[in-house]
Amino acid sequence: MIRVENIIKTFGKQEVLKGISFLFEAGKTNLIIGKSGSGKTVLLKILIGLLHPDSGSVWYENNNLTTSTKDQLRQIRLQCGMLFQGNALFDSMTIEENIRFPMDMFSHKTAKEKLHRVNDCLERVSLAGINHKYPSEISGGMQKRVGIARAIVLNPKFLFCDEPNSGLDPKTSITIDNLISSITKENNITTIINTHDMNSVMEIGENICLLDNGYLAWQGQKEMVLSDQSEVLHDFIFASPFLQKLVESAK
Amino acid sequence: MNLQIFTHFGKFILWQKQIFKRPENWSMYYKETLRQMYDIGIGSFPIVFLISIFIGAVTAVQFAYQMAGTLIPRYYIGYIVRDMTIIELAPTITCLVLAGKVGSNMAAELGGMRQKEHIDAMEIMGVNTSTYLILPKLIGSLVMIPVLVCAAAIIGIAGAYLASVPTGFFMDDEFITGLRSFFVPYNVVMMFVKAFVFAYILTSVASYQGYFVRGGSIELGAASTRAVVYSNILILLADYVIALLLTV
Ligand SMILES: Nc1ncnc2c1ncn2[C@@H]1O[C@H](COP(=O)(O)OP(=O)(O)OP(=O)(O)O)[C@@H](O)[C@H]1O
Ligand SMILES: [Mg+2]
Repeated sequence: MIRVENIIKTFGKQEVLKGISFLFEAGKTNLIIGKSGSGKTVLLKILIGLLHPDSGSVWYENNNLTTSTKDQLRQIRLQCGMLFQGNALFDSMTIEENIRFPMDMFSHKTAKEKLHRVNDCLERVSLAGINHKYPSEISGGMQKRVGIARAIVLNPKFLFCDEPNSGLDPKTSITIDNLISSITKENNITTIINTHDMNSVMEIGENICLLDNGYLAWQGQKEMVLSDQSEVLHDFIFASPFLQKLVESAK
Repeated sequence: MNLQIFTHFGKFILWQKQIFKRPENWSMYYKETLRQMYDIGIGSFPIVFLISIFIGAVTAVQFAYQMAGTLIPRYYIGYIVRDMTIIELAPTITCLVLAGKVGSNMAAELGGMRQKEHIDAMEIMGVNTSTYLILPKLIGSLVMIPVLVCAAAIIGIAGAYLASVPTGFFMDDEFITGLRSFFVPYNVVMMFVKAFVFAYILTSVASYQGYFVRGGSIELGAASTRAVVYSNILILLADYVIALLLTV
């Protein structure tokens, strides 16, 4: 579980986050949604400590990330995995080396055990057998899945995904969403996903946080989305005229 | 703009502390250090060889020219070439060239990693990236650059010999006698001091420029250029300071 309290972040004169408090629950896929530029990535980076908030605090269970020292921060991060918006796979290493890297750095497994774990993870994301390819030699969707495999290789307690299905076709998006969701359930991970994909919201939105104009505009679960009267939520969810028409005709 | 220099200098100094932290995993550091040593040492040897052989040759030819018609003993050739190479030319020229070759390479590599979020990705895994990415480079440089400088000195002297004896500017025994005269071992110490200091400067300055790069490909190019220019300036400055400290 991760809790943020009253997070404020400004860049120069631009106030990006104006006081966000939220509870990201364990064993659930927590979604941060909002328009492009609403500060989703900034919030995620604050959660993981890549950016420092101007004020407010981030709690990992009972550890305060914002006041922790560099060494404490590293201890917390050993329990974190992250999928970046741009994958951030190490492009001079093979897929196998990419996934093995966190183990090479932090675990005392033998080479054989590591290989075993790499293959397990690759299998988990349905990519068995691509060990010796380079990131540039596989498709964008495959890169995302390799990113997931690398993020879960050390069995993290916290998983962060920045736009896991941007730039993917609807079908692959759903595969990835389901993959993240089932990994979350299996290991009781606190998963936090940034997205502006409506499908994801309706599929895996177990705990949703809608950012708008720097504020927390709405929070709830996917089941509440359709019946809720919040204007900001509707503006965001039914932005497409097609969907609007569909909903009206359904009513 | 002018004050920024001080900001960067302060940040640079504080950052040095981050580099010397306990490695998370010795074998990964060992592997990376070996890779760096190979890249820096073997990778730079051809250019160092080429430069030092010509520097030695040119020194010899010019000395012959300046000496013509003077009363300076002819065997001074070996002595002059030896000391010039050891004290000044080998460490300084080699390191200025390596700042261009190795330094710009390091800045570009680290800058690329920063821009493609590789450094962030490592940080999130819990890696101390200042240590993991810089320390192996630093050790690689501190070990290999003095070796290269030493090789440069020997090759430079060989270059001078090749340019003066077979071509008939000097006799073999004149050159060798000079080479053996007035030898001061302290000069070799001075060479190694310079090599270590210059190696540290070029690696840390280049790494700093790459590690903290922002923006895109234009900024990356600019950082790589700054890496070379700043380390060259600092190397020349340090050369002067070391000369003052160790000789006066
Ligand atoms: N490093 C930074 N320096 C200055 N401003 C920044 C920085 N990072 C983000 N911003 C600003 O913060 C705002 C929110 O950016 P952010 O990347 O969080 O958006 P986002 O919600 O993730 O959008 P998208 O869905 O397009 O990824 C933007 O207006 C951006 O200009
Ligand atoms: Mg974003």
